[in-house]
Amino acid sequence: MTKKEELTQPIQAAGTTAAGTALRAHSPEVSAARARRWGAFYYAEQVLRVMKGYGWTIVMYGVGQPVAYLFAMGVGLATLVESNGAGVFGGVSYLTFIAPALLISAAVMTAANEFTFPVMDGFKWRRVYYGPHASPLTPEQIAGGQIIAVTVRFLLQSAIYFAVVALFGAAPGAWGWVSILIATLAGLSFGLPLMAYAATIQHDKGQFAMVMRFIVMPLFLFSGTFFPLDTLPLAVRWIGWISPIWHGTELGRVVSYGYEEAPWLTIVHVLFLLTLAVAGWVLTKRKFAKRMAS
Amino acid sequence: MRVSELASKESRVSSASDAAPQYVITAENLTKRYGDVTAVDGISFRVPAGEAFGLLGPNGAGKSTTMKMIGGVSQRTSGSLDIMGLDPEQHGPEVRAHLGVVPQQDNLDEELKVRDNLLVYGRYFGLPTSYLKPKADELLEFAQLTDKANSKVDALSGGMKRRLTIARSLINEPRILLLDEPTTGLDPQARHILWDRLFRLKEQGVTLILTTHYMDEAEQLCDRLIVVDKGKIMAEGSPASLIREYSTREVLELRFGSERNASVGAELGGIGERVETLPDRVLIYAHDGEAALEQVTARGLRPVTSLVRRSSLEDVFLRLTGRSLVD
Repeated sequence: MTKKEELTQPIQAAGTTAAGTALRAHSPEVSAARARRWGAFYYAEQVLRVMKGYGWTIVMYGVGQPVAYLFAMGVGLATLVESNGAGVFGGVSYLTFIAPALLISAAVMTAANEFTFPVMDGFKWRRVYYGPHASPLTPEQIAGGQIIAVTVRFLLQSAIYFAVVALFGAAPGAWGWVSILIATLAGLSFGLPLMAYAATIQHDKGQFAMVMRFIVMPLFLFSGTFFPLDTLPLAVRWIGWISPIWHGTELGRVVSYGYEEAPWLTIVHVLFLLTLAVAGWVLTKRKFAKRMAS
Repeated sequence: MRVSELASKESRVSSASDAAPQYVITAENLTKRYGDVTAVDGISFRVPAGEAFGLLGPNGAGKSTTMKMIGGVSQRTSGSLDIMGLDPEQHGPEVRAHLGVVPQQDNLDEELKVRDNLLVYGRYFGLPTSYLKPKADELLEFAQLTDKANSKVDALSGGMKRRLTIARSLINEPRILLLDEPTTGLDPQARHILWDRLFRLKEQGVTLILTTHYMDEAEQLCDRLIVVDKGKIMAEGSPASLIREYSTREVLELRFGSERNASVGAELGGIGERVETLPDRVLIYAHDGEAALEQVTARGLRPVTSLVRRSSLEDVFLRLTGRSLVD
């Protein structure tokens, strides 16, 4: 390129150096229109690319955890449990009984990780949200993109989990695969309110470890996971009633092995999970917009 | 973008007649308050297309806040703002689609490779991969990072990260580039490489808006600047005109030792146009520095060191605010 051509170049392209390329970005108007429509998916792409970096962890979590639990609980503990009154488990093996609970619990635990530390990282530690924030994306789309990416993880992880469960012969019903969707919904119903909370934290003083220890663990233990909820005294049974793990697990049991419960109760489970997820999403959008616009 | 498209777009940007400059940014009485604190206090300025426009001021002057409002990521408290004919509060995505932004703190994706940082960022503008792949290579070349394309970001030095951030900001071929303290924290060599890159962009007609608290940076890069202090504009003009207006041609810097500076300063009255006594030195503003030094020694005063230099923007700032730029 001659000196003269170089000087006339600016009108056509800013920021280009390679000689003679016909490379042109589309206009800002097109960028804005596309971002308005697809922005959340653009951000989801970024999160998924980062997740690929720890893809093996996700796969191992998906395969390793169920294998360990199913083996320990379903084979080891089951021999003890089943010889002492298998009746309480609705006539199915102990393994079949706990499999949906483990699937749902795994999704909720993943939610407790994916919707806490990465949010802090976005706002504070490495400030990763502020890069896309300077692009045409909106704070709501950044939140939405992260949620889409984590939803993909829920689906993938639950599908692997379900496949392992099926290999163990613990998903006898034809509709068992629906529990993949139920686990994803349970993950979101627990995760989105948590994400809204995470977006309000200015300083990490171990809040997330507290959530893990004092919310996730009790929910995991007292949500009818390892024994039916009604075997618990009323004093602690309420923990199950407010737990996405219990509502998800009961639904999972219905689809996995035809567990019988009143139809209205099934509707309550679905509504409970949906309500939490939607409320969490509305709050998250609000917190993201507020924090990023200041 | 074709030339004809650009022409029609720019005619929308400004309704002024053909002879008048076309402003890409117009701010009027721009104000931002955080509770009781007024970070930006009613500032007004206009930036014509292709200009390198600077905001010079100390830390906390309100420069970054102004940049965030221009960048369409911070809501103003009052006043009006127009970027390429659009209000960033109503048309955030549209305004941001026109801009390239280099923030004060790098916020690169440390977990992604250098090249992937550019690809991912381009996707936020909905740019297709067929454009992004060759463009990313071109920008890596521009930022002198080609051999680092497949390294992780953590492996880069501070200067390299800064250049990558600039490369990232150019992925959408913006006509306006916002640079918030572009060279803070870099060593002199890294700063010069960066300035060189910014010069090239300026030659290509990109409008540069930059904040800095380095006077040399402002002098090197800016066609015109505003001096900002405590959220207000103290002065406006080209670096040379500001120096002409607010300072003398030369400055004589004298050091008498930290304990004597103040007392000796009082004895220097009448030499040059103005005497400024700072804790570490005494400055005499004069047209002819050497002549002023002769007058000082003629009074029997013996400074430990003396230096005659040209006036700089630092002197302008000192004159306007009574304080030094870098605390």
